[in-house]
Amino acid sequence: MYDFAYERPTSVADAVKALTADPDAKALAGGQTFIPVLKQRLAKPTKIVDLAKIGGLSSIKVSGQGVTIGAMTTHATVANATDVQKAIPGLAELVSWIGDDAVRHRGTIGGSLANNDPTACYPCAVLALGATIKTDRRSIEADDYFQGMFTTALEPGELITEVTFPIPSKARYEKFRNPASRYAMVGVFVANGPKGVRVAVTGAGQNGVFRHTAMEQALAKSWSPDAVASISTPTDGLNGDIHGSAEYRAHLITVMAKRAVAATM
Amino acid sequence: MNDAPFEGIGASVRRKEDLRFISGRGHYTDDINRAGQLHAVIKRSDRPHARIVSIDTAAAKAAPGVVAVYTGADLERDGIGGLPCGWGIHSKDGSPMKEPPHPVLATGKVRHVGDPIAVVIAETKQQAKDAAELLDINLEDVPAVATINDAIAPGAALVHDDAPGNICYDWHLGDKAAVDAAFARADKTVSLDLTNNRLIPNAMEPRCALGEYDPTTGDYTLTTTSQNPHVIRLLMGAFVLHLPEHKLRVVAPDVGGGFGSKIYHYAEEAIVTWSAGKLGMPVKWTSDRSEAFMSDAHGRDHVSTAEMALDKDGNFLALRVKTLSNMGAYLSTFAPAVPTYLYGTLLAGVYKTPAIYVEVKAIFTNTVPVDAYRGAGRPEAAFLLERLVDTICHDTGHDRVEIRRRNFIPTDAFPYQTPVALQYDSGDYFTTLRKALEHADYAGFEARRKAAAAKGKLRGIGISTYLEACGIAPSKVVGSLGARAGLYEVANVRVHPTGSVSVFTGTHSHGQGHETTFAQLVSDQLGVPISQIDIVHGDTAKIPFGMGTYGSRSLAVGGSAMVKAMDKVIAKGKKIAAHLMEAAVEDIDFKDGKFSVAGTDKAKTLGEIALTAYVPHNYPIEELEPGLDETAFYDPKNFTYPGGCHVAEVEIEADTGVAYVVNFVAVDDVGRVVNPMIVEGQVQGGVAQGIGQALYENAVYDKNGQILSGSFMDYTMPRADNLPNITVGTESTLCTHNPLGAKGCGEVGAIGSPPAVINAVIDALKEYGVRHLDMPASPQKIWSILNANRPPIAAE
Repeated sequence: MYDFAYERPTSVADAVKALTADPDAKALAGGQTFIPVLKQRLAKPTKIVDLAKIGGLSSIKVSGQGVTIGAMTTHATVANATDVQKAIPGLAELVSWIGDDAVRHRGTIGGSLANNDPTACYPCAVLALGATIKTDRRSIEADDYFQGMFTTALEPGELITEVTFPIPSKARYEKFRNPASRYAMVGVFVANGPKGVRVAVTGAGQNGVFRHTAMEQALAKSWSPDAVASISTPTDGLNGDIHGSAEYRAHLITVMAKRAVAATM
Repeated sequence: MNDAPFEGIGASVRRKEDLRFISGRGHYTDDINRAGQLHAVIKRSDRPHARIVSIDTAAAKAAPGVVAVYTGADLERDGIGGLPCGWGIHSKDGSPMKEPPHPVLATGKVRHVGDPIAVVIAETKQQAKDAAELLDINLEDVPAVATINDAIAPGAALVHDDAPGNICYDWHLGDKAAVDAAFARADKTVSLDLTNNRLIPNAMEPRCALGEYDPTTGDYTLTTTSQNPHVIRLLMGAFVLHLPEHKLRVVAPDVGGGFGSKIYHYAEEAIVTWSAGKLGMPVKWTSDRSEAFMSDAHGRDHVSTAEMALDKDGNFLALRVKTLSNMGAYLSTFAPAVPTYLYGTLLAGVYKTPAIYVEVKAIFTNTVPVDAYRGAGRPEAAFLLERLVDTICHDTGHDRVEIRRRNFIPTDAFPYQTPVALQYDSGDYFTTLRKALEHADYAGFEARRKAAAAKGKLRGIGISTYLEACGIAPSKVVGSLGARAGLYEVANVRVHPTGSVSVFTGTHSHGQGHETTFAQLVSDQLGVPISQIDIVHGDTAKIPFGMGTYGSRSLAVGGSAMVKAMDKVIAKGKKIAAHLMEAAVEDIDFKDGKFSVAGTDKAKTLGEIALTAYVPHNYPIEELEPGLDETAFYDPKNFTYPGGCHVAEVEIEADTGVAYVVNFVAVDDVGRVVNPMIVEGQVQGGVAQGIGQALYENAVYDKNGQILSGSFMDYTMPRADNLPNITVGTESTLCTHNPLGAKGCGEVGAIGSPPAVINAVIDALKEYGVRHLDMPASPQKIWSILNANRPPIAAE
């Protein structure tokens, strides 16, 4: 990696100040994407603002209103939290499938959402459940937050502090892993909750996670695997690569959606 | 001592080396750091094919911590040679293969992504990396050829101007007239086009090299991740750096896997050794994983057409094969031998096909050099043959087990001379087939197919009855075939004064467990507990000589050298014992570590004899030298011929096309087994790589020569959850021409398994009319087949 300055603030305010003062500074959360990027010299930040010593960002609160997860909460903590497993089992399961054990013990929800990798799992749950992303300065609805691959509504220096998921009556994720990387080649999260029937797809779209409105309408009429079985996905806008063509991904969206709905029944 | 645990030949002794490996105390090249050590970073081409217009090193040289920057021009100025090729092939017309220069650092042109252009040497690796970015390299792209078919197309760009048509050689073997005649009178002919996918080895430990120079003696030391340090000393010393053997020591300490990719002499070894001399400081280079993908030799990469002529009963009459083999941009150390003498000669397989003719063209492309990878040529031959046999069954309706039995070389026909040069010494293909089918419950398969169908899964079973040739190799034979070195092995058995033993072997262990297997062999022969035996390898300063480890040769050739050296120890010990016990030498027996006088209870232990040899007070000093330290060179009389039967069972998810190997049985004839546990592990590891090739691994270049599978994000290495439990059985016949009866077990897993898996996948898809499927059988490829017969979204 390239040389950089390093700062480890103890409050969100100090972190935001450091990030705002230097447009080429970058925040470090769990580092499971960022550190490999640095090691390969694909990024050259002037300063790294390590969020590890900021108190109060690693927490899980479950109430009737929803599940609120602090930005620095690791995947392992979420996956193993019995109250999350009980409130939104599909979310706990999704998190348990991210990366491997080592990644899950370092990677955080805030880091994943700020990065918005087009093949990441968390954005799929956030969008399908209609979660709210709270930052140091405002709250952002999921529908406004994801703005294309590796692009979000976050302003320069803006830090995610927590994410609140409304509790659905039904929700499940199914993931077809890229054979090599094990990221989602296609991931589909189906949810029926306070924000309505929502279906989000990750891994397949050229612009990252997206909502599948045709499937949402079908499931709103009839919540069953059969309801999505006949819905195909237009291939324009889908990724194609050495592992899967856009046509194959379109097919997998339907298969994963069927499986996800079936798992809720 | 009868209550001592059995630890001789046949005992599953736990691996002595594992304590240090699993407790993080292995001693790998990158663990070694010297005072004042400098760090080398190689600047590599990011272009597939380009002319080097200019290289400006001034800014890099001026960067902090930088000690030196060298380019190809600096090496040329010092008279440094190119990387040599260890095997020369002649074309059909008698002309020698095209052997273009392989400069250590590119001169004139770069020819593949990863081709080294310059080296930056600095006080820290970080500084060297920073400075490498300051190199101002002006490259002018020229058209590239990335695949075999692009390279042989009319008017294709030339990788080397002196290799027209990008052809390195056009070789053949066998009796063309006999084959043509057999095809003319055949009742049926079956033809199959197939490719053998290109693989990237990815040993767990990336390559590393540390060069040192002692100006007071002029001695150079290279510590490197090598499977054969003496070969590196020979190649680098004689051809590249022009250093005599006594001034160049090559050490290969613990090495974390090789699979062939660490046989070859690589540019970085020469760079660090030469620059250590220039700078008078140790210089280390360590590959990172991304670098490994574009600088370690790749494997396989064949495009072939195979045709079989048959009579109406399914007897094989003749085999005709045409193969194009990708060499990459330069000839790696053993590359030319792989698609010829390790492939063409294997095309009889386990079958008595009377006439065989094979033509192989080796092709240059703008890709990383391709060389031997676990199995080397033999997996390509086994895949071609075993796919062809199943395709014959597909086309003719013959039963795939019956047709194999019908064409097997009979068990009483050994020694068997094939029509493609090799003479098999022993084997019993009927037994390995029968045992494998029993272990796999082949008879009960249809019930499992039905049960899977009920769960929406397509289940298939596939078999492969393969053969390979290893125990490489008789020097005279390979010399006549183009090898530029001998392929014997060397052992030095040193019995110390108090009876413990050090054995110095020219083979090298990089995961194979030699420290245990060889200790068991020595224990068995000399009657010394293995705790009293050390196996020493990997250092040209300690070991007399050796050709290293590859081609499943270590036990069959290296172990045989040890037996010969121990025979000398025992013969000398008998003379000493005869003197001590006042008996005739002919009356001395040696057994279980004791020299005894036949018919008496008089005996001396090996320890007593050793002490006498080193403290020769009462000793036949007039006729016998003191000491008990013997060296033997063993040159094998023939290759060895392991073979067997692999059975794979797969399930395919009908809606996604994902294939899983759900059961795998390997029954192999590997000859004498010293440590069954280690053999089982070797077979399992090979099968894991074979399943990797069949279902997952694929090196992909785009049309322009950029590598698309250049990291683990896109190159699918098999993981533990991709693999089934693997049942390993051995059904050995003994090798008849080496003292151990050993054949070799390191590569059988990777050779026999890919066709078994693909045959199973095709069997699972038989309702879809699939005749052939190339590797890897990826989900997308299988789904395309399933989808071709169905509407895009199946209503299930």
